[in-house]
Amino acid sequence: MKLSALNLWKAYNGNTAVKNCSYSFEPGKIYTLMGPNGCGKSTFLRLCALLEEPDAGEINYFSNNNALKKDVELRRKITLVLPKVGAFNATVFKNAAYGLKIRGLRKKDIEEKVEKILEFVGLTDKKRHNALTLSSGETQRLGIARALVIEPEIIFLDEPTASIDEKNTGIVEEIILKINKQKGTTIIMATHDVSQAKRLAGNILLMREGTFLA
Amino acid sequence: MDPIIEGFKKAFALILAMDRELIGIIFLSIKVSGFALLIGSILGIPAGAFIGLKRFPLRSIAISLLNTLMGLPPVVVGLFVYLLLSRSGPLGFMGLLYTPSAMVIAQTILALPIVASLSNSAIVSVDPIVKQASVTLGATPSQVTMTIIKEARYGIMSGVIAALGRVMAEVGAILIVGGNIAGYTRVMTTTIALETDKGNFELALALGIILLFISLAINLLLHLIQKKGIVQAGRWG
Repeated sequence: MKLSALNLWKAYNGNTAVKNCSYSFEPGKIYTLMGPNGCGKSTFLRLCALLEEPDAGEINYFSNNNALKKDVELRRKITLVLPKVGAFNATVFKNAAYGLKIRGLRKKDIEEKVEKILEFVGLTDKKRHNALTLSSGETQRLGIARALVIEPEIIFLDEPTASIDEKNTGIVEEIILKINKQKGTTIIMATHDVSQAKRLAGNILLMREGTFLA
Repeated sequence: MDPIIEGFKKAFALILAMDRELIGIIFLSIKVSGFALLIGSILGIPAGAFIGLKRFPLRSIAISLLNTLMGLPPVVVGLFVYLLLSRSGPLGFMGLLYTPSAMVIAQTILALPIVASLSNSAIVSVDPIVKQASVTLGATPSQVTMTIIKEARYGIMSGVIAALGRVMAEVGAILIVGGNIAGYTRVMTTTIALETDKGNFELALALGIILLFISLAINLLLHLIQKKGIVQAGRWG
């Protein structure tokens, strides 16, 4: 699935967050959106993830060059991992199972997929714990697990390692590279960490004051 | 001091003997308050959720109204329901006055605003990030609503328990609309009022002790629920 952002504009209370941003994202690649805090990275991601409507411009998703309708079906093929995960007050297992449950999967399939994903992010031993008792690094990994379990074609990550330690950052980066390689998931990630962008070795988009730098 | 000690002794004897009259009164109390709580919750939780989740004109007035109704004096509710159900009242034809049903109606009116108002507060205090998270995971609007209500469950349960405490302990409303008829509409609180008037302290004390224990149990349950919900305050992300 291809994503095209065309001349996007978005302002909040008169402050323009995104100014005339355009870019085409090819399937299966890694993109890192770099720039200082407040430069519009999060807003751009939220627009692309269809969480907000742009004031002007267009977001389009294509499959085999056919534009896709922006309905629930499309929304369920993409996901955004928020900087603050928003874990539900339930067990780690139930958190990870959420996306599958709302899609109406059978209990057995849910169990199978969740077990697998928790192992993937290294949270198997915490599956019966309440998600709100996890450390910040573990919470971030849970956020990624919750997003990965639904097997999205495109995953947006908004500063997923901003508030976690070096060890967990390493684990998260490893997971990102692995899903891109194994499943061909398109990764579009916002970060302000230059070395992280280099480690992920994808296409780097520089952003400043709401626009992409050439 | 003697009559009090004597009263306690006889009260415990009544409790231990599982006196039939006593048991009947307790069960009717639980039945009336239980039904009132059930109806109050069925109506109050969705009402609280609606006010908490939707933005509509007069919303703040609705919230203020609910908060005011939380403190409704039971005798006023009793009077209101009495006027509604009395023979000359608009619902007089139903013949409900001085029946357990009338008591359930009165207690439902007392329970509903508490359940609705506390459900509303619980839902409003759910971290907005939870709503966003469920949207990013592909939830439909109704699934998002259910997720938020589920997230507020401990607060909602606290509201339900608080309402139970209020209806179990109130006397004014059910005395007026139930008439305190022995074996039919006589519950714990109305019996305590009546027996105290008559100077028959044993039964009054026995019921008082049981009411206190029920109240203690309700509060312990409330404490447990709040303790379980408190983990929310320590959320990382």
